Amino acid sequence: MALETAGPLAGTDPAAHGPGHLTPGDRAGLLRSMLLMRSVEERAMNLYRQGKVPGSFYDGFGQEAVSVGAAWALAATDRLCILHRDLGAHLVRGVPPARILGQYMGRDGGITRGRDGNVHFGDHTRGCVGMVSMLPDMMLVATGMAMGFKLRHQDRVALTFFGDGSTSRGDFHEALNWASVQRLPVIFVLENNQYAYSTPLAAQFVVDPIARADAYGMPGVRVDGNDAEEVFEAVHAARERALVGAGPTLIEAVTMRMHGHAAHDDMKYVPPAQLEEWRAKDPIDRQAARVARDGVDVDALREEVRALVDAATQEALAMPMPDPATAHHGAFHDPADGEVVLADGGEAPWSGFAAAGGAG
Amino acid sequence: MATMTYLQAISDGMREEMRRDERVFVMGEDIGAFGGAFKVTDGFLDEFGADRVMDTPLAESAIIGTACGAAYVGLRPICEMQFADFISCGFDQLVNVAGKMHYRQGLPTNITVRLPSGGGFSGGPFHSSNPEAWFMHAPGLKVVAPSTAEDAKGLLIAAVRDPNPVVFMEHKHLYRRVKGEVPAGTYETPLTARIAREGSDLTVIAYGAMVHTALEATADLDGASVEVLDLRSLVPLDEEAILASVRRTSKVLIVDEANQMCAAGAQVAAVIAEHAFEHLDGPVRRVATPDVPIAFSPPLEQALLPGVDRIKEAARELLDY
Repeated sequence: MALETAGPLAGTDPAAHGPGHLTPGDRAGLLRSMLLMRSVEERAMNLYRQGKVPGSFYDGFGQEAVSVGAAWALAATDRLCILHRDLGAHLVRGVPPARILGQYMGRDGGITRGRDGNVHFGDHTRGCVGMVSMLPDMMLVATGMAMGFKLRHQDRVALTFFGDGSTSRGDFHEALNWASVQRLPVIFVLENNQYAYSTPLAAQFVVDPIARADAYGMPGVRVDGNDAEEVFEAVHAARERALVGAGPTLIEAVTMRMHGHAAHDDMKYVPPAQLEEWRAKDPIDRQAARVARDGVDVDALREEVRALVDAATQEALAMPMPDPATAHHGAFHDPADGEVVLADGGEAPWSGFAAAGGAG
Repeated sequence: MATMTYLQAISDGMREEMRRDERVFVMGEDIGAFGGAFKVTDGFLDEFGADRVMDTPLAESAIIGTACGAAYVGLRPICEMQFADFISCGFDQLVNVAGKMHYRQGLPTNITVRLPSGGGFSGGPFHSSNPEAWFMHAPGLKVVAPSTAEDAKGLLIAAVRDPNPVVFMEHKHLYRRVKGEVPAGTYETPLTARIAREGSDLTVIAYGAMVHTALEATADLDGASVEVLDLRSLVPLDEEAILASVRRTSKVLIVDEANQMCAAGAQVAAVIAEHAFEHLDGPVRRVATPDVPIAFSPPLEQALLPGVDRIKEAARELLDY
């Protein structure tokens, strides 16, 4: 299959961009979700510096367009594996910021009730699977969810994120190969943020991952990962393709990790000029300029998000720590508690679902 | 009731459960048209079709990982590893995804992973392992190891219905050697120990193939009354049954076909030392495979695997203690 390149890496004129699937409301919604992601993560970093977040803290500063744009294209019946630079996907699905901040602080009200930290969570009531640290493992989990949809003849897709470092692991190969052999409705979103911890792309691979899509018999689509609308369009197209039984798509969203691997990382291995170059391509600035042209009061939107995060912070700080007496509970599910599988409770805000009569 | 081999009983358990529950399907390498390396799924393709009897790419990590994903969307996959040894290639998915998901996220991973295990056939270092202790040590996984045809079927069905990931150890040396009466229809065998033979002078604790070796070794020990306890389940471990037997006999021999270091029997010994010390009239003894890979050549392999003679010798020493 041909390698499709959906756009240049940079330099897209925001004013010229507008492929047609997004209403002004969607465009503002994308901005709001990105603002919310950045605001929650900045607040969490402050809490970390105050000693309220145990361990280290991991964020997706500068990468907000990837998770927000991708999640915006998914229906409530679709399923996601969300990784640690992808907080925006949780927010699009409707996870309350207070529970996320509680999660970071190890509180009982966090999604994992203190069992796991930072972005290692998935709200199964909203159709999301919590990641494990061995990131490309989730490529196989997503492939398996898609396999389940195909076995049951359901019109649904699974999506997973993963990073440039993940392409070096065997599970990357196993997932792409398996998904292609079985023509599964799965979307692989490679979030190329230039570094796996301190390891740059040149030390990770010789052949660009998107070029490898051809070897697996699936389209490889490279998008500007700092453009939420371009990410949305690529995932939307991949979803349409998956729903007609045409199989998986590999999307490479090219972006930049603007912070260290985690709060303890001073990023001395990143050339300052590289950061400067990417700072000029900030995904929120770009979307804000578009939305402002649509007549939206962006300052008011920023203020609304700030107030929301202020309230969420207070709510999270009021959450108790988990009871140490429960630390050994929960390794196994008790059948008496009923069957638990991923549920359809996540939000699917894209206007196209509402227009289709709530098919989302 | 019908007389079945251990292998037929496993097949029967899967077949009955697949007929009863459309969410159940089997997946693995060469299990469809070929019927599996040991023919456990022979005939399944004709009855259930290729969707539910899934020949997979040769990729163990993918088999476990995709099974996890299928479970999260409501299916109940049964994965076959062609040999238990090959689970090393799927270890990460089993231990880190399946084993830890419920504790972290409250999301159970309803998968069954069948591991054809054990030596005795010149399978060599990569087709003879008993890796159950790896999974006993990993939180969130259940581990069962039937020794009889009836329990093989009942534990297989219990594993499929259990919402948690269950590692099902099926011993290759029992496949066609062990036969027994097996109830028709579906039933669940509890994940508890079973007294394979009652006795009062000595308890031999074993599971899987070693139950049969222990029964043979202690059938006639100069008139001694030897109890043989079949653990059946390693996680959960039936500590009550272990301790009750030790209180009755006061002497214990534990047999593992697995390598000795940190094997299931080591945990059993620790439980006894901690909770039944006052009831012991002798040291807790173990017979297990030395800590080397399983050798290929028959005299070497037989020198490694616990056999009737080694069990007899250890049992006699304990009875005379």
